[in-house]
Amino acid sequence: MSHHLVEARGLTHVYEDDTVALRDVSFRITHGESVAIIGANGAGKSTLLMHLNGHLTPSSGEVRIGETPLTKETLPAIRRTVGLVFQDPDDQLFMPTVYDDVAFGPRNQGLPEAEVDRRVREALECVGVWTVRAKPPYRLSGGEKKRVAIAGVLAMAPDILVMDEPTSGLDPRARRHLIGLLAEFSHTRIFTSHDLDMVLELCPRTIVLFEGAVMADGPTREIFTDDALLARCELERPLTMQAAPAGGHGRN
Amino acid sequence: MSTPAVLASLLDFRRLDLLATGESALHRLDARAKVVTTLVFVVCVMSFGRHTVAPLLPFFVFPIAIIGAAGLPARLIWRKIVLVLPIALLIGLPNALFDREALLDVGGVGVSGGWISMLSIVLRAMLAAAASIVLVAITGFPAICGALERIGMPRPLAVQLLFLYRYLAVLGEEAMRMATAHELRSSGQPMSIRLYGALIGRLLLRTWDRAERIYLAMCARGFTGDFRTGQSSRFGWPEIAYVAGWCGLFLLLRMQDVTHWLGAATLGALR
Repeated sequence: MSHHLVEARGLTHVYEDDTVALRDVSFRITHGESVAIIGANGAGKSTLLMHLNGHLTPSSGEVRIGETPLTKETLPAIRRTVGLVFQDPDDQLFMPTVYDDVAFGPRNQGLPEAEVDRRVREALECVGVWTVRAKPPYRLSGGEKKRVAIAGVLAMAPDILVMDEPTSGLDPRARRHLIGLLAEFSHTRIFTSHDLDMVLELCPRTIVLFEGAVMADGPTREIFTDDALLARCELERPLTMQAAPAGGHGRN
Repeated sequence: MSTPAVLASLLDFRRLDLLATGESALHRLDARAKVVTTLVFVVCVMSFGRHTVAPLLPFFVFPIAIIGAAGLPARLIWRKIVLVLPIALLIGLPNALFDREALLDVGGVGVSGGWISMLSIVLRAMLAAAASIVLVAITGFPAICGALERIGMPRPLAVQLLFLYRYLAVLGEEAMRMATAHELRSSGQPMSIRLYGALIGRLLLRTWDRAERIYLAMCARGFTGDFRTGQSSRFGWPEIAYVAGWCGLFLLLRMQDVTHWLGAATLGALR
């Protein structure tokens, strides 16, 4: 059995105000895959991510992580398996120093302090911000904050990385660095993003959501060249593919 | 408060958290020892009669000694203490206005009991604030909450306290953003009561949303209500010495009027 599987079966979510955010969503993401979940604003991307980490309970259907159904009992184990990086790092960084923030997860796992220290060092070195460990998070640049937020999740050694809009709010250089970093990870990765160029680089597979339902699930390049599908889902081709003729491949 | 002032006080607030990551011997003490000592200090200070002034003064030795020994920035701590002064004055002022019986004669001018009790309230508020701020600066708020829980505070209450502290910072940040947004489009016009009400309502909603996201982020990283700060939690001889030494001094200062002794001794020496 692999812990790296993520499966949604007939997942439906209805909010208290009767808004249907997800309609019968099903997919299976396997070990080591890098998958993008894209869709216009309000398509249900964030709601879906909240389900993968057990923050929301399905109105019907189920989520399974590594063949284990997500229930109240399995929640702590599943949160160790699935690392969720929030869109706004300011929501995630709340400890007084970068070091303490990255140590927050491992300490909650009850690891001995020597192991916590090793994990924090490895995670911060992996994302290239070990030098800022003593700084308070609010003094960091946007790119550094994002990296620290990722380190905070990496330090928990998850099998699956779920990231909400990883490149939002970053300048071009910080964005480029982050994409390079994310490409090196061997985890099962699930991204939501409006940055379709990033999706093109990082994710061979894409799931398109529209009004809470899965409209397409397949190879990213095929989806990005299906103009009718993109138009129906209120999306556009990535910028690097916009100049290319229909069916052609843009600059990568 | 103008935006820069809000910003300044907010950054100060965060600096207090940062100070707690220091490496002094006081920082390394078990949080329980520091919390218990501060509680005893506050109880001793608060238990004096309402017209007590002079016997309170020696108590300042505690925060001053800690500031010195832990290498804390005295100015920052002072700025925090000053924040409680308006509240203390507000509480003490009615005493000064209603209690007009002269208790003291200073150079022929009678000082009423009301003014003395107001001074006493202000001093006690400053002492309590100084001790608490110094405690946060050498311990850190999460460790304080953890210590409170371990010495018997119910866990839900301790968790509430931790979140109160976190969300206070969140509230401050949101307030700062809204103040900036108002300032940019207000052309220098002061805020009307109606607008003020609307902004406060909006601020609460925004803070609520943000607080929820932070809570989700904490849960996503395994937070279940336990406090794990990575600081040592051994109650050994240094802790026993710290608690016994300070509490012994506080009780002595509470039971005996040391200022009176000192005054008498000084006068005796002068004669």
